[in-house]
Amino acid sequence: MRHLLSAADLTRDDAVLILDTAAELAAVTDRSVKKLPTLRGRTVVNLFFEDSTRTRISFELAAKRLSADVINFAAKGSSVSKGESLKDTALTLEAMGADAVVIRHGASGAPHRLATSGWIQGSVINAGDGTHEHPTQALLDAFTLRDHLKEAGGDLAGLRVAIVGDILHSRVARSNVLLLRTLGAEVVLVAPPTLMPFGVESWPCEVSYDIDDVLPGVDAVMMLRVQAERMKAAYFPSALEYSRMFGLDVARMSRLPEHAIVLHPGPMNRGMEISADVADSPRAVMVEQVANGVSVRMAVMYLLLGGRQEEI
Amino acid sequence: MTLVLRGVRPYGEDAVDIVIADGVIVELASPGTAEGEIVDADGLVALPGFVDLHAHLREPGREDAETVLTGSRAAALGGFTCVHAMANTSPVADTAGVVEQVWRLGQEAGLVDVRPVGAVTVGLEGERMAELGAMAQSAAAVRVFSDDGRCVHDAVLMRRALEYVKSFDGVVAQHAQEPRLTEGAQMNESELSGRLGLVGWPAVAEEAIIARDVLLAQHVDSRLHVCHLSTAGSVEVVRWAKARGVQVTAEVTPHHLVLTEDLVASYDPVYKVNPPLRTAEDVRALREALADGTIDIIATDHAPHPHEDKDCEWAAAAMGMLGLETAFGVAMETMVLPGLLSWRQLAQRMSVTPARIGGVRTQGHDLVPGAVANIAVVDPEATFVIDPTRLASKSRNTPYAGRELPGRVVHTIYAGVPTVLDGALA
Amino acid sequence: MDSRARIVLDDADIGRAVRRIAHEIVEKARGSHDLILLGIPTRGVWLAERIATSIDDIEGTHVPVGSLDITLYRDDLRLRPARALEATSIPAGGIDGRVVVLVDDVLFSGRTVRAALDALNDLGRPAAVRLAVLVDRGHRELPIRPDYVGKNLPTSLDEQVRVELVETDGLDRVVIEEEVR
Repeated sequence: MRHLLSAADLTRDDAVLILDTAAELAAVTDRSVKKLPTLRGRTVVNLFFEDSTRTRISFELAAKRLSADVINFAAKGSSVSKGESLKDTALTLEAMGADAVVIRHGASGAPHRLATSGWIQGSVINAGDGTHEHPTQALLDAFTLRDHLKEAGGDLAGLRVAIVGDILHSRVARSNVLLLRTLGAEVVLVAPPTLMPFGVESWPCEVSYDIDDVLPGVDAVMMLRVQAERMKAAYFPSALEYSRMFGLDVARMSRLPEHAIVLHPGPMNRGMEISADVADSPRAVMVEQVANGVSVRMAVMYLLLGGRQEEI
Repeated sequence: MTLVLRGVRPYGEDAVDIVIADGVIVELASPGTAEGEIVDADGLVALPGFVDLHAHLREPGREDAETVLTGSRAAALGGFTCVHAMANTSPVADTAGVVEQVWRLGQEAGLVDVRPVGAVTVGLEGERMAELGAMAQSAAAVRVFSDDGRCVHDAVLMRRALEYVKSFDGVVAQHAQEPRLTEGAQMNESELSGRLGLVGWPAVAEEAIIARDVLLAQHVDSRLHVCHLSTAGSVEVVRWAKARGVQVTAEVTPHHLVLTEDLVASYDPVYKVNPPLRTAEDVRALREALADGTIDIIATDHAPHPHEDKDCEWAAAAMGMLGLETAFGVAMETMVLPGLLSWRQLAQRMSVTPARIGGVRTQGHDLVPGAVANIAVVDPEATFVIDPTRLASKSRNTPYAGRELPGRVVHTIYAGVPTVLDGALA
Repeated sequence: MDSRARIVLDDADIGRAVRRIAHEIVEKARGSHDLILLGIPTRGVWLAERIATSIDDIEGTHVPVGSLDITLYRDDLRLRPARALEATSIPAGGIDGRVVVLVDDVLFSGRTVRAALDALNDLGRPAAVRLAVLVDRGHRELPIRPDYVGKNLPTSLDEQVRVELVETDGLDRVVIEEEVR
């Protein structure tokens, strides 16, 4: 594997290897010297065409813990909406000798383009593209699920996970459906029909419009951010109606089995898809998700860059 | 001077010598008997020169993508003797001045009959009708009007345009795309668009406009031409309208006869086109409709774009693909070789009918004595591999790079004069 | 390519070597107090466990055993595809001020031990670091010397030394394979 563009690129064994590697690398955080020499002399570029401070910091920290040199390249703001800039930027990074490019882009498929166009030689890591995918988010979610609900070293077989919210516009949902499925978990998508992708019935998951019906049977529920602006485009009538029908509050949370956990990729809209008391409850694992994000991204960078390139 | 196409088989039938003088076919002689300047066409197939009702030659305004001259070269190499140049230039071809300029550039190039298409609305804005009459009466004698690239979505404006062009036997060619249903749309709406995270372009956005327009055309008893049908549903609507006697004609592009949406999974913008590539089922329906006459013609929608408009991420890329130099090969592969169209039927779909729809009297003639000598001579046995760098078009955005197509265009005769000989510009 | 294999240590030899190393470690440390055994995965960890058991037999004390994966500190990472990591587990209490005995199966170029020393450096500050190996086959490329050796085996560079243990391979033996072209 040279690049990580989509969760679909990962086999079960690849995914388990990444999670196992992340589990070992997580220990670095507890040491006095939180650094490994592994990627000394390698250059990682964070190429962010969209603002996402948390994701960028997570990748930056991951690269730095592995001793890579990190360059942050924020293309957002410079009025580059015309595509040529992606190519020019890529050629610039190539000239500077980037070994890996972590790219966040508003256009679906931009990382794919970067990896296949011949503009750059290095590895491309998709840090979220349009409404397509966000594979490292899915990996950190899988890591968190395994950590709480399964054995180390294994997959997620037998788990049942609900993903609730704006599935249509969610790259997190797409990557999670693919990865959780690869790891043997069942996925149920829950949203109003307007926020379901066209053709979702052919995805390898179940679909429900009724959160109350789904919650008692799941081991984890992942709440997705829903932007209130969506109501302007007639996806739902009002924020109030949305949160009443699909938001997770304490009453709904009590329908979950005892052991079930609540995930959210952040940033949260408290009061919209998740109530404040749920977000702050012990079942909510958002803080762990953030920490696990660093470990998983370290694992991905190590596996892509740590050895001879071209293959793992 | 007398020109002889020696040993050629009109419509793939018995070999003859086609004798051409003063721009006209004067005789179909026994093979090997006629005298004059001999062009060897032994065993090759002669068809009436192709007429494209739908091409973008980009001049004026985007001469970096194509000019009337380079587009004419591409057309001639593709076996075309007439090309309709769409109105979405800069400035828009919405006045007599602009259409005459395009027409004159075509005359100067002298390789094909360049027929400007006039815009239906001023600046393609969909708000005020352009001066259709002035364009019709200009030297360019415009008969086809289209806002192609945009849909005339205002029902009242569409009705008026359909009515207005009747006085000079014009036709409105509609780009059927409901704008609200296709805001930001990137590809066919399907399971794949959902998976790729690209905004979907539902078939209904095309079909709803066609349905409305055929009813309008029926109501005001006008001719309607529908550009680039791309869905099975559109075919059904047109079939229904024709059965009811509506004066509707329809075109399909070569690429919608052969390419499907799964190519989009590469995120390579060379496959980004308007209307988008659809499913294999749609392709099958379009081929059948072209065979049974529900779809009347093949039109290329030749849409050149400079490298930088395709060498980028999908969402930022321009829509469109080249078509003039590959149209015949695709038609041959998808329609002739599978036995869906005979040579004579193909001649109808690529020459006779488009000339009739466009009101071009000097084109689309049968290959008989007395006809204007617009002839495409093709080799059905030969194949060719598409090398984008060797195309005559100024742009390189062909979706067929590296692909082998059957049916090489060997000679093209335009108004009695060879424009292409042995596959090269004469 | 064919290979000829000969067994140089059998299970009894390995048992004796482990017990001798255990004795030497206890002698040199003047008891087992402050000792930590860190095995280098995979077989070094099992050898460390066996040495600890022997020390327990000798002294009646339990020496903490851990494992130290040195993959991330290797100097040849870029010569091969990225490898899966093995477990690193440091016994509770850490390594600060302790006498750490690194345990590995075969000592060859010394590069693995160099990487292990770097890794230890990031984990804390031991009072001393010692090295125990089952087999020393020579051909050192770095100035590194073992403190406890099960067996010195003069080898040529064409030969491969393979340590097999019950825990990982189903039987105990050390084999030298000569590659024949």
